[in-house]
Amino acid sequence: MTVTVSPPVRTESAARAADLWKVYGSGEAQVVALRGVSTEIEAGRFTAIMGPSGSGKSTLMHCLAGLDTATRGEVFIGSTKLTGLNDKGLTKLRREQVGFIFQQFNLLPTLSAKENILLPLAIAGRKPDEGWFDTVISTVGLGDRLGHRPSQLSGGQQQRVACARALVARPGVIFADEPTGNLDSRSGAEVLSFLRRSVREFGQTIVMVTHDPTAASYADRVLFLADGQIVNELTDPTPQTVLDAMQKLDPGHGPAAAAQDQDEERN
Amino acid sequence: MLRATLKSLLGRKLRLALSGLAVVLGVMFVAGSFVLTDTLSRSFENLFDTAYAHTDVVVTPHADREGPPPKPLTVQDKETVESVAGVAHAYPVAQAEGARVIGADGKVVTTVGPPRIGANWIDGQGGAEIREGRAPHADDEIMLNVAEAKLAGVKVGDQVGVLTLQPKKMFKLVGTFGYAGGLDGRGGVLEVRFTDKTAQELMLGQPGYSYFDVQAAPGTSPEAVRDAVKAKLGGAYDVKTGAEMAKAIADQFKSVLDGLNKVLLAFGGVALFVGTFLILNIFSITVAQRTKELALARALGASRKQMIWSVIVEALIVGLAGAIVGLAAGLGVGFVLANVAAGMANLTLAPIALPAGAVIAAFAVGVVITTLAALLPALRAARVAPIAALQEVATPDRPLTRLTIGGAVVTATGSALIAYGLTGGGHLWPMLGGVGLAFIGVSLLSPIIGRPVVALLGRLFSWSVPGRLGRLNSGRNPRRTAITAAALMIGIALITGASTVLHSGDTSLRGAANRQVKADLLITGEGSSNDVLPTFAADKVDKIRQIAGVASVTSSVTTGALVGKQPHGVDIVDDLPAYARQLSLTPRAGTLPQLGPNQVVVDAETADEDHVKVGDTLQVTMDKGEQVAYTVVGVHNKSDFAHGFLFGPSASAHVVAAQPYMAMVTLAPGASEKSVRDQLATLFTDDPEITVSNRAEYLDQQSGQISTLLTMVTVLLGLAIIIAVLGVIITLWLSVLERTREIGLLRAVGLGRGATMRMITVESVVITLFGTLLGLATGVGIGAAIVRSLKGDGITEFAVPWSQLSAYLVAGALVGVIAAVLPSIKAARTDVLRAISYE
Repeated sequence: MTVTVSPPVRTESAARAADLWKVYGSGEAQVVALRGVSTEIEAGRFTAIMGPSGSGKSTLMHCLAGLDTATRGEVFIGSTKLTGLNDKGLTKLRREQVGFIFQQFNLLPTLSAKENILLPLAIAGRKPDEGWFDTVISTVGLGDRLGHRPSQLSGGQQQRVACARALVARPGVIFADEPTGNLDSRSGAEVLSFLRRSVREFGQTIVMVTHDPTAASYADRVLFLADGQIVNELTDPTPQTVLDAMQKLDPGHGPAAAAQDQDEERN
Repeated sequence: MLRATLKSLLGRKLRLALSGLAVVLGVMFVAGSFVLTDTLSRSFENLFDTAYAHTDVVVTPHADREGPPPKPLTVQDKETVESVAGVAHAYPVAQAEGARVIGADGKVVTTVGPPRIGANWIDGQGGAEIREGRAPHADDEIMLNVAEAKLAGVKVGDQVGVLTLQPKKMFKLVGTFGYAGGLDGRGGVLEVRFTDKTAQELMLGQPGYSYFDVQAAPGTSPEAVRDAVKAKLGGAYDVKTGAEMAKAIADQFKSVLDGLNKVLLAFGGVALFVGTFLILNIFSITVAQRTKELALARALGASRKQMIWSVIVEALIVGLAGAIVGLAAGLGVGFVLANVAAGMANLTLAPIALPAGAVIAAFAVGVVITTLAALLPALRAARVAPIAALQEVATPDRPLTRLTIGGAVVTATGSALIAYGLTGGGHLWPMLGGVGLAFIGVSLLSPIIGRPVVALLGRLFSWSVPGRLGRLNSGRNPRRTAITAAALMIGIALITGASTVLHSGDTSLRGAANRQVKADLLITGEGSSNDVLPTFAADKVDKIRQIAGVASVTSSVTTGALVGKQPHGVDIVDDLPAYARQLSLTPRAGTLPQLGPNQVVVDAETADEDHVKVGDTLQVTMDKGEQVAYTVVGVHNKSDFAHGFLFGPSASAHVVAAQPYMAMVTLAPGASEKSVRDQLATLFTDDPEITVSNRAEYLDQQSGQISTLLTMVTVLLGLAIIIAVLGVIITLWLSVLERTREIGLLRAVGLGRGATMRMITVESVVITLFGTLLGLATGVGIGAAIVRSLKGDGITEFAVPWSQLSAYLVAGALVGVIAAVLPSIKAARTDVLRAISYE
């Protein structure tokens, strides 16, 4: 079942994929992770990408974020075309337009929480906006923990540092890869509501990959992937509607799906 | 468990290869020096065997170290020998070292090592064959061996200048000769052959012969002839068979080569010592990185013993493989070096062989050192708790208290041993052990020293984000940073120590020269040869005196002499009062007058050592052999430039070659140095080995020798430095692997490739700068201790060679940049996507 994605309604796109293909290997070992995905990520909205294991959701996000290169098709972030950018161009893009939140919090152990948060700005050689920094810190509730090293913080606190790090640079789009995957449900809920607030209150664009229907329900819009294609889409989801949509998806047992499982293991 | 170890080994080929490389380099050096000295030693044996192949028995005058110099053999001696039954013939040879041929380019032909011999030509003696022309008949005719004729660039018929005991004399080259088998010479020895009379005059300085080459009658064995001749001649002669002679000379060379081997082995030992640090560090890091793997094995039931063995077996395999490869490489290096040496010395090389010593050393060193180095990490592996497998966090940084206390104790013990070794004046082993212990101690202390120093060094680079990240990385694991730096410290410390001692010596010499030497110009022989001291004609001293602008000139003749029962090198000075002024000599007792025929003066130090005082009568035998009584008329102050007994001009009568080797000129006030020097240069045109220099130039020549020595030491320690740099590379490489995820994250948040490389480079430079600083400090400390102990030997000033130290510091930083190249490329190539999902 294929759903044609509707054209953008009200806003310009923060990121866009057009006929995106991702093929690993060649010949008999060939694995197709994405087969002609076209989609737009609307600016100022919280988009979740869902799908069963091996559906290609992580690959899609990696391609959108410029971490992986597509085999065919085009990817845009804002007005920048990623396809064909060299390392320098990609680095510049990451500095200026993209933020990341990873499942493994990925903080530098040698830096304090505050230094970790300001790292992208420091790397880019930009001065932090004091007012915005304070806003972000108070939003994530880390005020008294800024001087601590990551090893002195709990998992939830570390992930909030990672969120603040992504937000403080005010990138065009933040990509979050299973941000609650390593957290207990309470810490996860905190992080998710915090992400939603940053979209609602500050107009931040966030793309989140998850397999957790509850997490997805925090988004404004949910894209469902299966077999490397977008198969469904929900707006203003609730945990129940997401769960229903998921159950309707047939993970499939064809060769493509099995191969994508391998791909998923790679990541 | 063994199978798991092997699998784990093969899974980390690169790491394995790198840690093996340290063993390979060290073993290569050790094995290579064994192969080199063994091959050269056998080559010399072959050489002397052939040299004496045509000689059955050799007769020489007996020389006693405590007796007067031996008198040459006489024609009567020859007749006596030939009268012995079984002797067919005795060739009388007048031969000595020190015949220097002036080549077609006007320069003296020099060699690296082999002597330059002058002798009489005897048809059929010693296996020599005329190649071209004929033998010398007239006293102004010579032959050269083909090797020398080639080097000098002269041909039969040319007029050739030769320096001997006498200044330059011109000869007509009437022929060349070689040896059986088409050889141009033997072992690179350069030979000049004169008539009998000229050889005696120029080479021995007196009539007679230096040895007889005795041919046994057919059917008589050399041993029988030897015994018969010995019985006939008595104890005043040494009689040996050709084979014994060959062996005796070869043994002399062997002891020189043994010395060389020991020196090379010492430097190889330093390299291996540094290699130990490297291996220790690599295994420590590997164990740390494998904590999860090891803990899983523990959780699955592996015992502590098995954990220890898994690391030890890994080390054994690395050591064994390293020893084998190093041995093979050492064979190659030894072969190449032996060829180079043989090429320089014109030596026919014996076939290369693998001496047992090399094999034993290679395996002992490779296997034992690797295993020892892996012991600590192995014990650490055994301490890994099974629960660590389930925990994400690596083991927390352990406190450095025990390490620091241990380091302080070891450093103190080492320093005490050094002090003990130095104050004794000759205790080599405690001193070397002390230096080794001091290195270990300082290494143990380096983590605690490293914290503030690394932080401080890092500040230099903190102005940029990559620099700041690099600084933080170098500070995050003090032990790892410290041990990597400590490995570099050792090489730098030894070079710095040598440099400090040599610089102090140089400074002391210059200081003493500026205080004590009042002469303006020094006329000396260039010390390019060790066989003879270049001299010039005595009548030139008068000619110098006549040059306008020369206020005074003194000249010195030197000779070996027996003073009482002590052998001494003594000087004969033509004008002691002027000499005393030029060298600031003042009498401590008696006077320093113009010395009469039976008068002698001596410096205070020698006087104390030999228990000599003013008024004593000394029996002195100079090299002509007559014993003469001298009265001590003065004892002068201790001087760095006049040491030993000084005789007056009439003593020259007792010296075989009474030619000055040195003259000192004092200029008249207002005289032009240049015009005097120009005239001196004209005067000495025929003496290519004699140079005229002012005080500063003379001192620069001496310093030149010091810097040559320092260069040699630096080159030999280069291997230790290379191994240390290898250590930096490996440590950084492993750190980059360990931090793949972090680097990926940095790349993800916008760190460019160039900045990533700078980050690694800063970390590397901080480590190498720390190691260099530690080495500089330790080296200056060791140097200061040695300088202190040498106070009595003329090194009176302790001088820190600041310019060299700064050069080493810059070199240390550069080494850091170089070491960072590979790891930083590796880091820059980190695939962001893989890195962030890397476990």
